[in-house]
Amino acid sequence: MKSAGPKIDRNTIVISIKDLQKSFGEMNVLRGIDLDLYKGENVVILGRSGSGKSVLIKIIAGLLKPDSGMVKLLGSEINNLDKKELLALRLKIGFSFQSSALYDGMSVWENLQFPLVRNRRDLTKKQVNETIEQVLNDVGLLQTIDQMPAELSGGQKKRIGIARMLILHPEIILYDEPTGGLDPVTCVEINNLINKVQLQYNTSSIIITHDLSCAKSTGDRIVMLSDGIFFRQGSFEEVFNTDDERVKSFYNYYILNQ
Amino acid sequence: MDTALKNSQPHQKSGTLQRKKIASFFVSVYDVYKFIAGFFKEVFTGPYEFKEIVRQCYEIGCKSLAIITLTAFITGIVFTKQSRPSLSEFGATSWLPSLIAIAIVRALAPLMTALVIAGKVGSNMGAELASMRVTEQIDAMEVSSTNPFKFLVITRVLAITITLPVLVTYFAFLGLAGAYLNVHHNESTSFTTFMTNAFVKISFLDLFSSLFRSVVYGFTIGITGCFKGYNAKQGTVGVGRAANSAVVISMFLIFIEEMVIVQIVNYFR
Ligand SMILES: Nc1ncnc2c1ncn2[C@@H]1O[C@H](COP(=O)(O)OP(=O)(O)OP(=O)(O)O)[C@@H](O)[C@H]1O
Ligand SMILES: [Mg+2]
Repeated sequence: MKSAGPKIDRNTIVISIKDLQKSFGEMNVLRGIDLDLYKGENVVILGRSGSGKSVLIKIIAGLLKPDSGMVKLLGSEINNLDKKELLALRLKIGFSFQSSALYDGMSVWENLQFPLVRNRRDLTKKQVNETIEQVLNDVGLLQTIDQMPAELSGGQKKRIGIARMLILHPEIILYDEPTGGLDPVTCVEINNLINKVQLQYNTSSIIITHDLSCAKSTGDRIVMLSDGIFFRQGSFEEVFNTDDERVKSFYNYYILNQ
Repeated sequence: MDTALKNSQPHQKSGTLQRKKIASFFVSVYDVYKFIAGFFKEVFTGPYEFKEIVRQCYEIGCKSLAIITLTAFITGIVFTKQSRPSLSEFGATSWLPSLIAIAIVRALAPLMTALVIAGKVGSNMGAELASMRVTEQIDAMEVSSTNPFKFLVITRVLAITITLPVLVTYFAFLGLAGAYLNVHHNESTSFTTFMTNAFVKISFLDLFSSLFRSVVYGFTIGITGCFKGYNAKQGTVGVGRAANSAVVISMFLIFIEEMVIVQIVNYFR
């Protein structure tokens, strides 16, 4: 179980989603999603591969347009924003990609410097260097500063991806499968990193995963996505204390792997 | 009756298919229009990515020097060699320098440089941006509150539009140098005489039209490569497709533009 996190402010909603729908051609991927994320909270979205988790998180980040429904980030509805307002809003939102999406033509240092110097034009060269070193230190990868992304392992790439979004000090973080395809030890490291970020940077997050140990150790609340809707939510124990087949198949698999 | 029905069905189907194709053609024309409009909208607003433009100019220009040198030189030599017999029939080999100069400056330099660069740089742009698109690097730029269009597209299109006229000029001089080698070998003309003869028939309009065309071709290669790469789809297959269609389409457009611009310039001559 997750050790005591920061205090969750139940009066402030940072992300509010109402009746979100999205289909690709004939396929209805999301069929009415409702979610409120409170300030300081980590919500884990669990779902099988292909259930639409990445689609959902990309809609939240404004990378995909929903067919209908509303997404409110920090009080403003993203579909009503013009380009400039969207850019300003995105400064407060961090997105960690399933594929890490590091800029493979740039070194680790340049990857981190890229968003920083374009959004903080007031910083001196020295401050830029210090900020980069500090955030690399936070994810424990200072030694990779001069390497290229192709020379990093999958877990290292994930952590550099997290560092790249932390450097702008986001208020909300969206993690798309932070532990996908990693070994159990690295998974634990990433889980700890997510919790550390929540405390140290004072963030609220949505964490998408199909890894129950990640869900258990990082989530203040779990929601389960299946057939385009959230059909269960609550704490880890609440969600898995049921006879529902869809939940049990998930859980049995997890027990098997413990 | 039965057969008539059977026959009419596939016909109807292909009818709707054609209508869909036509519709999607207009959709893509609109997409291209939006892309170019986006370019002109963003190119005049700061902040500017000067460093990246310079880097791209270097990538495009310096790294193409070798292949341009080779093509230009060989074109010059071969073209002179091939033209010599027909001129010497009339005892007019003294016209060679100006004939070659006209051929190179008016036609060969802009066209050949553009085609070589379309193959080398256009495909590279298409592949590079497409792989960034399919590995979500462009999305990553967008969510980190930077403008990927500005950083990736504007810089590349500007860089190639600036660099191509320079490469065309370089091509023209090297082509003439190749021609000089051949002329000198046969008639032992001095370099100054050769160059003076060469430029006798070249007017300001010729130079202007060649440079103008190379600007247009550079822009065409840049926009086509970036459009295809930036809008790539379907994973790694899309990368190959983007690179391929960037080259094919830009070459096609270059020939069309060549025809149109030459017609217009001839009207002023
Ligand atoms: N751009 C797209 N065009 C068409 N279909 C898409 C597109 N993006 C996603 N889909 C479809 O939407 C469904 C959900 O995809 P999504 O990537 O959200 O799954 P996921 O839950 O993230 O799975 P995983 O755990 O494997 O990452 C899939 O069936 C996929 O085929
Ligand atoms: Mg996914």
